[in-house]
Amino acid sequence: MNEKKKNKKKNRVIMRSVILFLMIAAIGYTLYNNATAEDVSVLKVGDEAPDFKLVDLEGESHQLSDYKGQGVFLNFWGTWCKPCAKEMPAMDRQFDVFKDQGVQVLAVNIAQSEFEVQSFADQYDLSFPVVIDKTKSVMTAYNIIPLPTTVLVNPEGEIERIITGEMTEQDIEGFMEEIKPE
Amino acid sequence: MDKMQCQCGHVNPPGTILCESCGRSLTEKEQNSKLVDMRYEGTARRSQTYNKSIIDKVWNFFSSVKVGVGIIVAILVAAAIGTILPQEEYVQVAVRNEDTIKAYYSDVYGEIGRIYHFLGFHDLYSSFWFIILVGMLAISLIIASLDRFVPLYRSLKNQRVLRHESFMNKQRIYGKGYAQEDVLAKSETKLKELKYNVTRDKNGLLAEKGRFSRWGPYVNHIGLIIFLFGVMLRMVPGFYVDETLWIREGETRAIPEVPEYALESKSFELETYSGEEKDGAFSEAVDRVGSVAKNYQTDVILYKKPEDSLPGATEDMEIVEEYPIRVNQPLKFDGYAVYQMDFKLDELKAMTFALTNKETEESLGELTIDLINPEKLYELENGATVELKGYYPDFSGFENGEPQTATPLPNNPGFLVEMTTPETPKGETSFILIQNTIEPFGENQFKLEFQGVETRDVSGLTIRKDNTLPILGLGGLIFMIGVAQGMYFNHRRFWIQQKANGEIILAGHTNKNWFALKKDLDQVSAYASLPAYSDQQEEIEKQLKKEGEEAL
Repeated sequence: MNEKKKNKKKNRVIMRSVILFLMIAAIGYTLYNNATAEDVSVLKVGDEAPDFKLVDLEGESHQLSDYKGQGVFLNFWGTWCKPCAKEMPAMDRQFDVFKDQGVQVLAVNIAQSEFEVQSFADQYDLSFPVVIDKTKSVMTAYNIIPLPTTVLVNPEGEIERIITGEMTEQDIEGFMEEIKPE
Repeated sequence: MDKMQCQCGHVNPPGTILCESCGRSLTEKEQNSKLVDMRYEGTARRSQTYNKSIIDKVWNFFSSVKVGVGIIVAILVAAAIGTILPQEEYVQVAVRNEDTIKAYYSDVYGEIGRIYHFLGFHDLYSSFWFIILVGMLAISLIIASLDRFVPLYRSLKNQRVLRHESFMNKQRIYGKGYAQEDVLAKSETKLKELKYNVTRDKNGLLAEKGRFSRWGPYVNHIGLIIFLFGVMLRMVPGFYVDETLWIREGETRAIPEVPEYALESKSFELETYSGEEKDGAFSEAVDRVGSVAKNYQTDVILYKKPEDSLPGATEDMEIVEEYPIRVNQPLKFDGYAVYQMDFKLDELKAMTFALTNKETEESLGELTIDLINPEKLYELENGATVELKGYYPDFSGFENGEPQTATPLPNNPGFLVEMTTPETPKGETSFILIQNTIEPFGENQFKLEFQGVETRDVSGLTIRKDNTLPILGLGGLIFMIGVAQGMYFNHRRFWIQQKANGEIILAGHTNKNWFALKKDLDQVSAYASLPAYSDQQEEIEKQLKKEGEEAL
């Protein structure tokens, strides 16, 4: 009789603990999802950079994964964005220095016309490939909001750093140093 | 607490009010009251009885109806406060981020706004404490229901036919008197006719109907729990998508959150009633307000990208379907629905000019510049050309002599052109704006004369996926079944006992609708000539009223 009672009590405590634990776990999970809901699509440092394929002004395709083993300096920009225009010449100069050390610059224009992008590239005499994201799908994949945004991809294909806003030439030099292969 | 042994010998769990077997009152309070408390059949609510470990204490806390009501009130008050100032999503700020929204509340509403934002009222449904409150409500629903359902179920399942007289005479409907010998048999016949389940035991009879109505509240709680579970799933990635896409006529865009598809807008159309429809539809309204919308429609093409396709690649996209999206007629694919939500009319798309000799006003031909995708060179007849040197879709002034554009949208297009004709082989440069032409290098012989514009519309679409809807629907359905079960059905019972001396005692109970119970009993009485009964509750009330009047 006493044994039975003890067992019953034990079962009761186990049952209650399990139910409470499940409920609290559900609330905890909801809180976690709620807290991370907003940045679930946002890329974080250390994430693998989403692969993409875009065509440059010469008609050549550039696929991010083709540059594995090199650092990729990914710059999202628009012709109407003044800070973008300001940092372009500095990027071009630093590209000149770093291109032989395994750093590639890809300037991704957001859905503008070829005429505008070409005129811009001609005006600043850009030597790195300029690609146009016509359907904004790369912008969506990288969740780019303000322009300019620069995503540094290291030789392993992971995101090393995300910079929003204008960069000085010194910044650019430092960033290229960061993603330079050993 | 100890087990409680009744005089009849039955051992009841601690906390029991009415003996599970015979129905005698076990507590002193119960013994002194005139009517028994039939809630949960006088069984012990399980958690009241143990209060030892932490788990038991937490369990007891949530088992209390008072706590449950307290949580509901707290949720209601919080939700009410959440309506005082606008929620975050309706706040208008130039740049949207956490800091600007925080600043908005303190700038516009002062200290109160700052506290409001600090406490998370600005985004109530996502505040951690609100989610915890709702979670606590769910826990309370489950535990309080379990604690009451299990003993009640057991007690109703193991009902005895013969109850102690003290149980019978403390029922609201009670009668005692002499009747004929075949009264039990006759009552049984009539009660069966009235669709009661009748059980006989020795000299007693128990008739019961509609027991399932007692489960109503618990069924209804199960519905609520399922509903809350569905709401919880909305926050799990992949279950719920609600995104906005602005797309212009002629554009092909990646669909947010749905990377394997792309959408092209062929055209947007806004139709209005002319006021002269044959059936006279809306003619008065058209007269009064000018125009009444008839249809908002975006004709789209849905593309599916190849499986191994990467963002940015547009090759080999397959047309899935062409569809006119109209209000409440969304494009549906793969669990997603694309709704027509908003629009902007008449953005500039193309401009047409005529290359004209200023003096003779003679035209050398026309050219149309596509503002979305301009060309570099336009060749006209007679060897004249217009070369586009610069294009500024949203001209905002000069900086260091260079034209600037504020946005990539053609709101105020400016063109820097070089016009070459057989008469002016060296070319003339001109900067053209809407209703304004600048000739930076001196007077020109030729000009581009504005002829007309083409415009295009912008559609505001919403992409939505809600995999939780079936769950929410199921929860709602079960909830309603529970409500109907508890509201529209009653659990009615009669106990009739024939004593050795031929005396009959009878008692009746229902969880609601006493009037119908009495009507049933009247019918049985008429057929089986039962002794007269009284409604003891009414008598007590009458007594109280009388005493009250006398006291006045």
